[in-house]
Amino acid sequence: MNTVAEQVEPLATPEAIEAKVETPFQRFVSSFLASKVATAALVVLAVLIFMAIFAPLISPTNPYDLAQVSVLDSKLPPGAKSFDGMTFWLGTDGAGRDLVSAMIYGLRISLGVGVMSGIVAMAIGAAIGLIAAFYGGRVENVIMRIVDIQLSFPAILVALILLAILGKGVDKIIIALIIVQWAYYARTVRGSALVERNKEYIEAATCLAIGHRRILFRHLLPNCLPPLIVVGTIQTAHAISLEATLSFLGVGLPVSEPSLGLLISNGFDYMLSGKYWISFFPGVALLVTIVSINLVGDQLRDVLNPRLER
Amino acid sequence: MTVFIIRRLMQSILVVFVMSFLVFGGVNLVGDPVEMMVSDEADQEERERVIRSMGLDKPWYAQYGIFVANALQGDLGKSFVYGEQALGIIVQRMPATFELALAALLMAIVIGIPLGVFAGLKPEARTSKVIMTGSILGFSLPTFWVGLMFIMVFAVVLGWLPSTGRGETVQLMGIDVSFLTFDGLSHLLLPAVNLALFKISLVIRLARAGTREIVHQDYIKFARAKGLSQERVILVHLMKNIMIPVVTVLGLEFGGLIAFSVVTETVFAWPGMGKLIIDSIQSLDRPVIVAYLMIIVLVFVVINLVVDVLYSILDPRVRLQDVKG
Repeated sequence: MNTVAEQVEPLATPEAIEAKVETPFQRFVSSFLASKVATAALVVLAVLIFMAIFAPLISPTNPYDLAQVSVLDSKLPPGAKSFDGMTFWLGTDGAGRDLVSAMIYGLRISLGVGVMSGIVAMAIGAAIGLIAAFYGGRVENVIMRIVDIQLSFPAILVALILLAILGKGVDKIIIALIIVQWAYYARTVRGSALVERNKEYIEAATCLAIGHRRILFRHLLPNCLPPLIVVGTIQTAHAISLEATLSFLGVGLPVSEPSLGLLISNGFDYMLSGKYWISFFPGVALLVTIVSINLVGDQLRDVLNPRLER
Repeated sequence: MTVFIIRRLMQSILVVFVMSFLVFGGVNLVGDPVEMMVSDEADQEERERVIRSMGLDKPWYAQYGIFVANALQGDLGKSFVYGEQALGIIVQRMPATFELALAALLMAIVIGIPLGVFAGLKPEARTSKVIMTGSILGFSLPTFWVGLMFIMVFAVVLGWLPSTGRGETVQLMGIDVSFLTFDGLSHLLLPAVNLALFKISLVIRLARAGTREIVHQDYIKFARAKGLSQERVILVHLMKNIMIPVVTVLGLEFGGLIAFSVVTETVFAWPGMGKLIIDSIQSLDRPVIVAYLMIIVLVFVVINLVVDVLYSILDPRVRLQDVKG
């Protein structure tokens, strides 16, 4: 007995196996970090998210506290000193607000709206896509026809129609963005669920008479996650861009919730008199946000899809 | 084939009908146009006269019934703001939007294809990398912000090009167009580039992917072996083959250009349909909103129908699948 155990031991200790084989998650992390550009984008994105979450702590002033804003400071160029000695590194806007602070708060709203609508749309779209793939037949036909019809209209047009009907507001733009986006998620999930549905583990689960809901969400969904995550990242960037566009057009957020798009829109009025910074810097912030999300999404797609060679 | 077309036609009509219901129902829930039409000093009698003249005293389903009956005769109601037929106002604005969209489409082809082919032929060259990075930027940059920056640079700082309006127009077959006068052309340039930017990026990617695939085909090798010049191989043999996917996708994207012209028109104050709808949403001009949305739905349904039918002619599998399903 003793000798046998001694012989086997060096091969079978759990520690030895763990040291050699990295977990799928570690493999995922190391192949993600293989791209320098994507890593940099991830860092930038992390900083932006951090700034958005802790905006009240980071931002130099509270741009919406009327006591801290003076009209005397309005439309100052970048680097100018305020009436009471503070430096406005990126200048001030038409109402005398510090642009750095306004941008940090704007980022908070832009990211918040984008992420919130993305998550809800993902949940709804994934559920509908799973149902379509799992049940097939008439249910699938009807769902996919609706998806096809909706996707044949450009997102901005659908959002514009919805907001023309719903009116302005944070809740309304989130609803509009959810309705615009769910179809993309439904199509993605259905695509991969169709492949997964015919695999043996689903057959096995069906044979064990596990309930449909459990099969859908505990067995099918986890295996459809990789493409869903990729589409989720790219769609969130789209949602942020779309929200900015709609707010710029004056059909998105109300003036009391100034996202980056609304800040750019406010600066539009001063642009023709050469005061470029009010529109320029929020636009750069928006651009950096969207590009970094897209780069992270691109790398996720490459890492999560081994078939794709590069 | 006939069965397929009839099915698709029925589906299109259903979409238009459902949309008309949603649009009309939805728009009627927003705001109170009476408040805007009647001055604050007006008495109750005056208010009721306005309500009756606009048909707002009837229940919503009656209003919808009248709307559909009139819409079928091309009457989508009178604008509250302009006091004219909503349909007429939109049709009047349509040429400006189509001119802009067509100019952008042309630019996407003229600029996008050469750049994409170059990037496909020499994927490792520095210029190609610059082109591809540019196309990523083209996808990521928000259209409206680029438009603002164009105005900033070319109109305000450099003063080369005008920033707003359509400029001088001339009549071409009874339609006002800008591109035939120098002034109009200079007004058209910035908005068209702005609108085209996204599509240029798209065409670059398509043309590059197509080129990289096609240069390895036997007929290109054969054309080279025959001793044809590089120019002829690229301009004739290669070009013809990459045009198929590019033209297909651009046909599909034309609708997207019309939709996105809403943004460009607002930035450059281009007097087209897009600017009209934004103005109308701001002033709650319901008949114009409804008419615009119905026309745009109709335009898209027609584009989609034509594309579907063309696909089914090119690829019989599409229609077989559909008839079976």
